[in-house]
Amino acid sequence: MPAIKSLEELKRVREETLEKKKVKAASGNVQVIVAMGTCGIAAGARDTMKSILNYIETQNVSGVTVTQTGCMGMCEQEPIVQVLVGDQTKVVYGKVDAQVAEQIMKQHVQNGTPVKDYILPL
Amino acid sequence: MREIALHLLDIAENSVAAGGQNICIEVQENLQSDLLTTSITDDGRGMDAETAQRVLDPFYTTRTTRKVGLGIPLLKLAAEMSEGRLSLDTEPGKGTKIEASFRHSHIDRMPLGDLASTFLALLVSYPKIHWTLIYETTDKGGEKGSFIFDDTELKAELDGMSITEPEILKFVRGMLEEGVQASALKIIS
Repeated sequence: MPAIKSLEELKRVREETLEKKKVKAASGNVQVIVAMGTCGIAAGARDTMKSILNYIETQNVSGVTVTQTGCMGMCEQEPIVQVLVGDQTKVVYGKVDAQVAEQIMKQHVQNGTPVKDYILPL
Repeated sequence: MREIALHLLDIAENSVAAGGQNICIEVQENLQSDLLTTSITDDGRGMDAETAQRVLDPFYTTRTTRKVGLGIPLLKLAAEMSEGRLSLDTEPGKGTKIEASFRHSHIDRMPLGDLASTFLALLVSYPKIHWTLIYETTDKGGEKGSFIFDDTELKAELDGMSITEPEILKFVRGMLEEGVQASALKIIS
């Protein structure tokens, strides 16, 4: 197990995050879903997810839930990422590499404008 | 797939699909016995003997079961290409353990890859599952390294707060990366 000292640190980080969340509680919930079936992983989905998490960390984006799902039956379009902002319709993106993921995080998740070039027609 | 760590991410997905609540990923690198051994153990619904046979066959499984596809045959192939093997230990209602071994020094052994990223992706994606990562190394001289990450205390401390909050994410990622790094074998091959 990690040392107690680091868990103490976590406690502090958690309290600070709670404080910050109180300040900006609005903005609504955003869900980002990365397809991680065998096909998705082979196509680079872990790097896509890493890029999404990295964006959240470096740009300090609060209130985003990141989850994964299995193969969606469109293996040739992997890595596939779905974005759900509040109660809007789900947007499904295809061929999302690390760079596209960053673009989606910035443009869609943070600023609410879907990245048209990568939306899959469903 | 280019990394053993990517295979682990893929196989762990099967454990999640099988309803596993406690999933443990183990990686052992031993230069004295020249072996790299990985395993994923879950307490999901398990498989009967017939199904267990099927999951090793890529052509049969893709058509009959949706939860397991090419993943296991691909890992089996990767192991066998480097003088290793894949074994499956499963029982209905009890769970499944999949173990893959590789000859560490084999020229065709794929690199272990980014274990920390694999584990972080699982932690973030399935916060309700109890995850354990065990990474152990033994170098040629017999010196051992060990990193055990059980998310129980982390989750108790977070008390419902999401791991994807930026500061928390930074903390957890750092913890995993440092832990894996500290135990990694210090060799240039």
